[in-house]
Amino acid sequence: MTASGTFGYGEEFMDFFEISCLGGVLVKGTTLNHREGNLYPRMAETPQGMLNAVGLQNKGVHYFADHIYPRIKDYDTHMLVNVSGSTIEEYVETAKVVNDLEKIPGIELNISCPNVKEGGMAFGTSCPSAVAVIEAVRKVYDKHLMVKLSPNVTNIAEIAKAAEDSGADSVSLINTLLGMAINAKTRRPVLSTITGGLSGPAVKPVALRMVWQVAQVLNIPIVGMGGIMNTNDAIEFMLAGASAIQVGTANFIDPTVTEKIVHGIEDYCKEHGFDKASDLVGAMEV
Amino acid sequence: MKKYVDDFKVIKNERLNHEYLVLTLKHPDKMPEMMPGQFVEVRVDNGPNTFLRRPISIHDVDYENNTMLLLVQEIGEGTRLMGKLKEGDNCNLVYPLGNWFALPDKPRVLLVGGGCGIAPLLFMGRRLKANGIEPRFLLGARSSDGLIALDAFKELGEVYTTTEDGSAGTKGYVIHHPVVKTHTPEIDWIYTCGPEAMMKVVAKYAGNHDIRCQVSLENHMACGFGACLCCVAETLDGHKCTCTDGPVFDSTYLKW
Ligand SMILES: Cc1cc2nc3c(=O)[nH]c(=O)nc-3n(C[C@H](O)[C@H](O)[C@H](O)COP(=O)(O)OP(=O)(O)OC[C@H]3O[C@@H](n4cnc5c(N)ncnc54)[C@H](O)[C@@H]3O)c2cc1C
Ligand SMILES: Cc1cc2nc3c(=O)[nH]c(=O)nc-3n(C[C@H](O)[C@H](O)[C@H](O)COP(=O)(O)O)c2cc1C
Ligand code: FES
Repeated sequence: MTASGTFGYGEEFMDFFEISCLGGVLVKGTTLNHREGNLYPRMAETPQGMLNAVGLQNKGVHYFADHIYPRIKDYDTHMLVNVSGSTIEEYVETAKVVNDLEKIPGIELNISCPNVKEGGMAFGTSCPSAVAVIEAVRKVYDKHLMVKLSPNVTNIAEIAKAAEDSGADSVSLINTLLGMAINAKTRRPVLSTITGGLSGPAVKPVALRMVWQVAQVLNIPIVGMGGIMNTNDAIEFMLAGASAIQVGTANFIDPTVTEKIVHGIEDYCKEHGFDKASDLVGAMEV
Repeated sequence: MKKYVDDFKVIKNERLNHEYLVLTLKHPDKMPEMMPGQFVEVRVDNGPNTFLRRPISIHDVDYENNTMLLLVQEIGEGTRLMGKLKEGDNCNLVYPLGNWFALPDKPRVLLVGGGCGIAPLLFMGRRLKANGIEPRFLLGARSSDGLIALDAFKELGEVYTTTEDGSAGTKGYVIHHPVVKTHTPEIDWIYTCGPEAMMKVVAKYAGNHDIRCQVSLENHMACGFGACLCCVAETLDGHKCTCTDGPVFDSTYLKW
């Protein structure tokens, strides 16, 4: 699958490859109302990674339903909507709208966005607030509910368990790690928001560890991500316990990378005598 | 316009001076059509500090030989690594990206460039000329050794120059050049690319004189093709992506 905020609505990649080979596309973070996002500069390149502070720029869920959904609904892959909000009501209202979109088989509840002033990550960093928002959305949303977890917590397994108990069908992790960059020449922050979310290979070891920790306590499927650049990285996440993986930042560097990973996983299975990719899930030998 | 990812071959890396170079890149097969103002995203290597691609304007194209020129100013690790590319090396590009300069509806045009911002103006000059419009260039630099690739521009049209230290052309910034100061010859359209401060002054001048002005922005980018929303510019319609709605904007559309 492709990670939210890094693959547009899928359309941006159609010149590069046939997106039907993907398990799914997580469309951009969607909120109830139109959001302009944060001021430029929103990006800083960092060693083997990048910080972003996009701030959930999107035209709102009604615009999505009226104008974007009709364009993307017949893509031959699973189009899932990444839902975000600053209050529980906003999450609920947004999820309701998406629930009525027949061809959207699921949502990814983003309780982990570090780039918005209110809400977002605040919901995903404490168990009670995570439970409150997941339970509220669960009541109005009857298709697949994936909950996207924040790595900016002391005990991710605890939050993951709380998500499972509140009715999540799966969890995805990790969202970006809170970070910052300073320009020593100008003595100013690089990002307009001072802090932003770190992604790319720089976060991979942390992400892998978190997927493994969560896999120890969860029964529902885990979708792993964080710095996956190639087939090998993807396999590592599966061995740690991820049933599926998402690729984010790597799409910027090689827009065809996800197609390569899909085929790469098949090749890996053949080469190493696995009948199907699902046999790799949690197959790390300790 | 359809986008591609391809390995080009470096067939020449010509050093212009201590900080500028021109790369000649050959397409593996038949090069698709590209427009002036568009850019490419260059995969540098996978070093710790050159993780993302680098956006570089298309300086010129030669469809007959399936080659493209990039004019690169070495300002950091990524561009310095491009400076080290040798004949025969691979250079992976995502291209062609972004929108392009519009053809003018009136014939008197001036193309104003500074620094590496002169890069897309050569290609645009060629397109203007092919459409029967005589391009005139106004190129600015800090000193004479920053005035680069002048011969290529002179082949296409008249070239005016300024340097901040007066070591060549008119002393001062582009805005101090007599063509601009005296409005002679008259100008209907301006195309500009270069440091933002320069473009803002040029855009203001154009606004005051009822001249249509298209500017090409150099915002920092992560992807270059509309997937990340990192490269936004503030416009009358809110945030727009420099990489897909731009890099070329009408100066009056920007909130400058
Ligand atoms: C549409 C467009 C066209 C461009 N055309 C040209 C051209 O024809 N010739 C040329 O020499 N340069 C051009 N630039 C600028 C060029 O992209 C930067 O100089 C280059 O990315 C710097 O990389 P670096 O590793 O050398 O520098 P560093 O400063 O080490 O780069 C650090 C990070 O900042 C980014 N960055 C730094 N400066 C710029 C900048 N001015 N614009 C965008 N990103 C920047 C880099 O991409 C990188 O992610 C263009 C930029 C854009 C957006
Ligand atoms: C530019 C950018 C925008 C993002 N936007 C969103 C978003 O809208 N919603 C979300 O849940 N995650 C968003 N993310 C986080 C990614 O989906 C992913 O969780 C994270 O980048 C880690 O994966 P990666 O290292 O493969 O990129 C964004 C990441 C980037 C780099
Ligand atoms: S650079 Fe990614 S959207 Fe423009």
